[in-house]
Amino acid sequence: MDYESGMPLIVGIGNEFRRDDGVGLEIVRKLRPLVPQAEVQEASGEGAELVELLSEHNAVYLFDAVSSGAAPGTIYRIDSHKEPVPTKFFHYSTHDFSLAEAIELTRALGSLPRVLVVYGIEGADFDPGVGLSEVVSYAVDDVIKQCLAELATVS
Amino acid sequence: MKSKKPIGRSEILKINYLARVEGEGAMYVRVKSGKVADVKLRIFEPPRFFEAFLRGRRYSEAPDLTARICGICPVAYQMSACHAMENAFGVLVQGQLRELRRLLYCGEWIESHVLHIAMLNAPDFLGYPDAIQMARDHPDLVKLALQLKKTGNSIVNLLGGREIHPINVRVGGFYRVPTKAELEPLVEKLKWAQDASLQLIKVAAGLTFPDFEQDYEFVALRHPDEYPFNEGQIVSSRGIDIPAREYDAHFAEEHVEHSNALHSYIKGHGAYFVGPLARYNLNFNRLSPMAQQAAKEAGLGESCRNPFKSIIVRGVETLWACEEALRIITNYEMPPAPHVEIRPRTAVGYGCTEAPRGILYHRYRLDNHGVILDATIIPPTSQNQKIIENDLRNFVAENLDLPTEKLSLRCEQAIRNYDPCISCATHFLKLTVERD
Repeated sequence: MDYESGMPLIVGIGNEFRRDDGVGLEIVRKLRPLVPQAEVQEASGEGAELVELLSEHNAVYLFDAVSSGAAPGTIYRIDSHKEPVPTKFFHYSTHDFSLAEAIELTRALGSLPRVLVVYGIEGADFDPGVGLSEVVSYAVDDVIKQCLAELATVS
Repeated sequence: MKSKKPIGRSEILKINYLARVEGEGAMYVRVKSGKVADVKLRIFEPPRFFEAFLRGRRYSEAPDLTARICGICPVAYQMSACHAMENAFGVLVQGQLRELRRLLYCGEWIESHVLHIAMLNAPDFLGYPDAIQMARDHPDLVKLALQLKKTGNSIVNLLGGREIHPINVRVGGFYRVPTKAELEPLVEKLKWAQDASLQLIKVAAGLTFPDFEQDYEFVALRHPDEYPFNEGQIVSSRGIDIPAREYDAHFAEEHVEHSNALHSYIKGHGAYFVGPLARYNLNFNRLSPMAQQAAKEAGLGESCRNPFKSIIVRGVETLWACEEALRIITNYEMPPAPHVEIRPRTAVGYGCTEAPRGILYHRYRLDNHGVILDATIIPPTSQNQKIIENDLRNFVAENLDLPTEKLSLRCEQAIRNYDPCISCATHFLKLTVERD
């Protein structure tokens, strides 16, 4: 796999079999045909893999579901150079490390990409099953519009 | 707030949520009149009922279903399930298929051990709350470990189809086997990984260890020729030497009120120790000359009874796994078929393999269509719970002069020596030390 790409990297994270946890994957699948200038990947959220992806790209956009207690469908946009990623947003495992920890580890190693934006979408339903809840599916199109506008300014 | 004063004659040490372990658990230690009155390793991760929902499923589903017990050691579950089924149906998987299974296990040991050494356990020794804080001062160590872990990942990815919960393992072998050319790119990575493991062992050897040696009964597999993965007798340092089918005659589980994970013990003996330190003590002479040499240079004898030194042993096992993986790839020839044929029959099958954290026992009773009638799965962390509590009891008793805060940290470290996997064991970390 070529990680030395100069193209922006778009990564969707999640588990599509836990309803709204799959929102990050849904977003990047819809983005893929719209962003020929970017490399699009899907990831489980395993920390070491994320550190590597972050360390080897100049611009990275991450999409993942969030469970912060906000209204379902709420969209968070976090510029990782301006603020840390709250660990409570993305904590999914105690043994391996989460998205937030992977970003902070990459920051500690001095290897953050020049651009690192995390989109978090507040989920409503993380029960076993396939398909997004209605309110979260509406947020998908909004995130895609925001991301396309953002990518247009970068390129 | 935790006191910086030495622990009083009566006090409670509590860690309400243990960090850097897999799953949810806590520690509680009560000191009364200057003596340790009570120690509990509390596992509150909810029970997961895997054994119950295996009933009525086909034998062929067991490797993939049980792999879901753990995201860190899915290969171990697949290996124990496959070997138990093959034992039931009278099938032996040999030659290159057997070698590929060992190669897959090398990948999992490398991933799991390196994650524990550098990201979970090293911060304890170096005085950091987590790997992120440690990375600021020790970036080279973290980078080395991430790259080394990736080498393990790439083995599991290539052979298993993906890095987490691999999908290419089946009873009888694999769905697809790699060509020699597909394995070839791993050679350079593994040569680098061998050197990187040596560096990691040197780092581990340079740490400061509490003076804490215990008289354990170690239990591990032992094979006539090999450092153990999938085959061998279950042996102990106090004379047990049995095939997997006799496990239930010698080992038992009991429910204790404070844990959602059953506690294992050896009938008539009590607590026992599984995992890297047990394997090392029972199999030192099965390690490669390079791994033996690295262990000696790191200050380990042929036996080691200090659980805090497990971090060095994990490094030695990582080195060995890299060497073993290289050996397998160098000698590899693609087998004619990816798996051997399976014909179900009414039987009971037993499998015991060496997961990164120690022996993992599976037993299945099957009907003549290969449907699972009942299942027993005993993960390594269940087996280590009693010995972890014993370590806490003895460690606190020997270190009552330590300030409470430091003692609590050391207790947490004493638990992490075992790299406990609570999700696996519930079928558990918070920490409390109480002095009244």
